[in-house]
Amino acid sequence: MARKNNDVLEVPQSVTVTVGRTLTQIAWLRLRRDRVAKVCMAILIFIAFIAIFAPLICNVLKIDPYEFNSALLSDDGGLPSGRFGGVSLAHPLGIEPLTGRDILARLLYGSRISLFIAVTATAITVVTGVVIGILAGNSRGRLDTFLSRVMDITLAFPLLLVIIAMSPVLEQRIASFGIPEGNSSRIVTLILVLSVFGWPYLARLIRGQVLSLREREFVEAAISIGSSNRRILFKELLPNLWGPILIYTTIALPGLIGAEATLAFLGISVLPPTATWGSMLQESVSYFSVDPFYFFVPLTMLLAAVLSFNLLGDALRDALDPKAGRM
Amino acid sequence: MTQVSPILKVSNLVKHFPITSGGIFQRTTGAVKAVDGISLEVFPGETLGLVGESGCGKSTAGRTVLRLLEPTSGSIEFEGQNLIKVSKRELVFMRREMQMIFQDPYSSLNPRATVGDIISAPFQVQGVKPVGGLRSAVGDLMERVGLNPEHFNRYPNEFSGGQRQRIGIARAIALQPKLIVCDEPVSALDVSIQAQILNLLAEIQKDFGIAYVFVAHDLSVVRHISDRVAVMYLGQIMESAPSELLYTEPLHPYTHALLSAIPIPDPDLERNRERIILSGDLPSPSNPPAGCVFNTRCWKAEDKCRSERPVLREISMGHQVACHFPEQNLIETISVAPTGTDFIA
Repeated sequence: MARKNNDVLEVPQSVTVTVGRTLTQIAWLRLRRDRVAKVCMAILIFIAFIAIFAPLICNVLKIDPYEFNSALLSDDGGLPSGRFGGVSLAHPLGIEPLTGRDILARLLYGSRISLFIAVTATAITVVTGVVIGILAGNSRGRLDTFLSRVMDITLAFPLLLVIIAMSPVLEQRIASFGIPEGNSSRIVTLILVLSVFGWPYLARLIRGQVLSLREREFVEAAISIGSSNRRILFKELLPNLWGPILIYTTIALPGLIGAEATLAFLGISVLPPTATWGSMLQESVSYFSVDPFYFFVPLTMLLAAVLSFNLLGDALRDALDPKAGRM
Repeated sequence: MTQVSPILKVSNLVKHFPITSGGIFQRTTGAVKAVDGISLEVFPGETLGLVGESGCGKSTAGRTVLRLLEPTSGSIEFEGQNLIKVSKRELVFMRREMQMIFQDPYSSLNPRATVGDIISAPFQVQGVKPVGGLRSAVGDLMERVGLNPEHFNRYPNEFSGGQRQRIGIARAIALQPKLIVCDEPVSALDVSIQAQILNLLAEIQKDFGIAYVFVAHDLSVVRHISDRVAVMYLGQIMESAPSELLYTEPLHPYTHALLSAIPIPDPDLERNRERIILSGDLPSPSNPPAGCVFNTRCWKAEDKCRSERPVLREISMGHQVACHFPEQNLIETISVAPTGTDFIA
């Protein structure tokens, strides 16, 4: 959160001014001094970049995710000819068995959908979780009991089974709301399902935080100077919640990337020929014994993204701790 | 002689916390009688000490007086207005006049707000535009409480306990209130720092003419700062007297026992003094004893004490006691042993 009025006081000229830093500035400084965090951020920015500019990159490299290249496949069984799954200048990460489509192009386009699903689902999860968590923790009483039960029940669902069972139905429902059938409705379904089962974790965390913060004397002090509920919520409580929210986000995002991959593996993902990291993994598994390189490409991507997010989350937690050593 | 009217007049204040059981379908099964019918008056510019052991309801009383907790019954008159009857909006406005200083300087300051934010909050919340601007007002306040005004942009965790308490004091005096409830403001601090903070509170009182309700469990601290002292036990006031009178001529056996526990900084005197050791524990405030609440631990208790609750009555000028058998004028100084059975030499 940006803070205004960094210079609240006029200090006499002769006195040296102690430059106060806001906690955001301190956290940012600490983060910039953390080498692991810097590498992770670089990787994530890189992944985001190639996802956003996938069409451009493909144009420049003259590759196409949907173009068949049967000529590059061997005659027996349709495996890519050449070493490492057909790696060549024209196809830097090789080609798919059976179809000969360019793997790099598919990976780039796949990143877009994978990341879009994960980021959107995370955003919905975080917003819902924070709002409901604050509502429950702040109200206590009946509303809190009700919301907590809803959280408990949601968490108790056998997630995968429910998703597998419900997805086809949900998809049709969503399509009937005017969202084009096919990949669009499938993506919306995935986002919806992941968010619906994701928010209770954060809501619980936030509820607990709010419960303990509300008992602190500074909230009472705020009441004693006549602060409104709104002010207490936004000025006293929320600034103390940014840390957990930010950290949860960096944990949730890789989790959801992984979840999308898992669901793709189980057949609940976009329709072919569209690719995601998960659907590429699912396809490559059948060829693992003869073309392992194909499997390692999406795997490496997934690994890099998830690991970077997790390590960045750790670094962020350290950086945001106001009690950590001064710099 | 002009009659000064009290700034705060509390009568028969009761605060019970309900005890509930059952998960979803909760029902009330009892009540913790934290404050059980106390009456007190505070006059402008004076300090009323409120003492008692842990769990006797003194902090609850302090908070209820400011309506930080909703009282169960009773009346609170602040500057002639009944605080219980006023609307939420009026109450917010009245909070300018009454403030609180908290016990724990670590939890009473928002760790995510700068000192400047914390001290300027009362102005912002109440919409008060100080003369000369907010910046200089905050600077003046910081200087007044002995903090370096340059540190306005620092966070509470960069300060020591004593400095943090000074920040809390600056926040409380920002709007120049008429009454401040100090909830054990020094009990979390080092002894050397305690004295500094107490002196600061006394100076501020002299400068601004603020009345204090000073809640504490330490009698020597209270003696240092109070004009009058009220002794609480299990949610009720046992004795109330001008400070010197209470320390030299305690009337209630409980006050007596408390005074005998103050250490004397002279080893010879300390070795030879009489100490009253109260037997047993504080009874549960959810199930207080019948009659006088102190009867379970009192060495003078008789049948009357077990059946009839003594009312707070005035024995001499300004000296009130709630006891059937007050120790009238028995003791000159606390080092003289009172008659009784439960003493050890």
